[in-house]
Amino acid sequence: MIKIIDYKAGNASSVMNAVLRLGHKADFARDSQDIAGATHIILPGVGSAKATMGSLHEMGLIGALENAVIGGKVFFLGICVGMQILFEHSEEDDADCLGWLKGRVAKFDVSKVRVPQMGWNNVRFAENALTGEGKDDYFYFVNSYYARPEDGSDIWGTADYDEPFTAAICRGNIYATQFHMEKSGEAGLSLLRGFLGLGNGGGNAY
Amino acid sequence: MLTKRLIACFDIIDGRVTKAVRFQDNIDVGPAEALAETMYDAQIDELIFYDITASSEKRGIDIETVKNVARRVFIPFTVGGGIKNLDEMYEALKAGAEKISVDSMAVRNPQIIADGAKAFGSQCVVLSTQVKRTDRMPSGYEVHIDGARLATGMDAIEWIKRGQELGAGEICLNSIDNDGALAGYDIELMKLAEAAVTVPLIASGGAGSPQHLHTLFSETEASAAIISSMLYSPRLERNFTVMEIKDFLMGNGICMRPPRI
Repeated sequence: MIKIIDYKAGNASSVMNAVLRLGHKADFARDSQDIAGATHIILPGVGSAKATMGSLHEMGLIGALENAVIGGKVFFLGICVGMQILFEHSEEDDADCLGWLKGRVAKFDVSKVRVPQMGWNNVRFAENALTGEGKDDYFYFVNSYYARPEDGSDIWGTADYDEPFTAAICRGNIYATQFHMEKSGEAGLSLLRGFLGLGNGGGNAY
Repeated sequence: MLTKRLIACFDIIDGRVTKAVRFQDNIDVGPAEALAETMYDAQIDELIFYDITASSEKRGIDIETVKNVARRVFIPFTVGGGIKNLDEMYEALKAGAEKISVDSMAVRNPQIIADGAKAFGSQCVVLSTQVKRTDRMPSGYEVHIDGARLATGMDAIEWIKRGQELGAGEICLNSIDNDGALAGYDIELMKLAEAAVTVPLIASGGAGSPQHLHTLFSETEASAAIISSMLYSPRLERNFTVMEIKDFLMGNGICMRPPRI
């Protein structure tokens, strides 16, 4: 079962719309029991890392997510802030995050570029189950902060703003994108279709 | 590299798109979700919907239309018109909008910008403003509200600076003088704005041909441009497709999201 975590930040319904468009069924998850039995968990994100962490704490989801994703190897997709909180720390409001991945989240240099980054940027992907031998395409970003993974092997996609930044990460069953897959047109839907097909003979989106 | 965005703008009355020239004489163009889908298929980068009678009729935004659009298009879209408080912002975001545009209401209650940014993030709050040339203001531009009918006595550039300080994540400047005239964007206005704020800027009002977009993107730092008449106005002898516009711009050195064929 596909579970979309809904923590009242707003865009869970957009993710649901995209999943439904692809012909899948999904439920919103609002507490730890809701994610029991999940095959795929999607954590959408808008707003700040601190607020998102606060919501996950309040909903009692942090332990349950760790059990499912780290312990149970359930396929996981984080989007935007849902990617940032996978790291150890975010510079935004000095927020401690989940720490599933080594690294920190920093702010774009406002003296060099307009912040937030808002719009379609070209992402170059490394090889993995979803993007095959590698690929580039355009996706929609809205972010002031970006992840800086310590382990380069976690980096799945790279784009350029004030300088190259990590646009997507992948480590085993954990996938995450800084861009909004659910708002990135057919390119985003293709990638989402690939993610939802993982474990079902799916995978390669292109 | 981040591409420049083309944003199709729809003025909505009762769920249907209309086209006005200088805020008067509305022509019915079609149902909002059908036009949104057509634009999505045509590979527009983004959409904006203004529920243009919501404010004057003192009702909230048409949430059903927002939901219908969100089920059909998978690109970001902004809604504006009639949103008065955080609950209504949340309803519109939950219905599938990516961003909320505040305009007249923010002039009357600037705190809504700060409250919206705090609750949902700056990226959700677009400050839109209608500005008109005048000698009475230091920048040469004055903010107007209520469908551009009411002059506020506020300097446009001072207002967008304040909007950014309060937390607006993007600013959309509509030139009342150029709106619907199809003679190009107000380049001078955009140059003043780009020097005053660091958030992304959207230019609005005046696009009649792809050349106008080329001028905007090559001479200013505008991140995005609103186009409407040139796409679908029945008043024009010739409309342009998104593909034609993008081809022209990319052929002339502007970085755009290429159409997927």
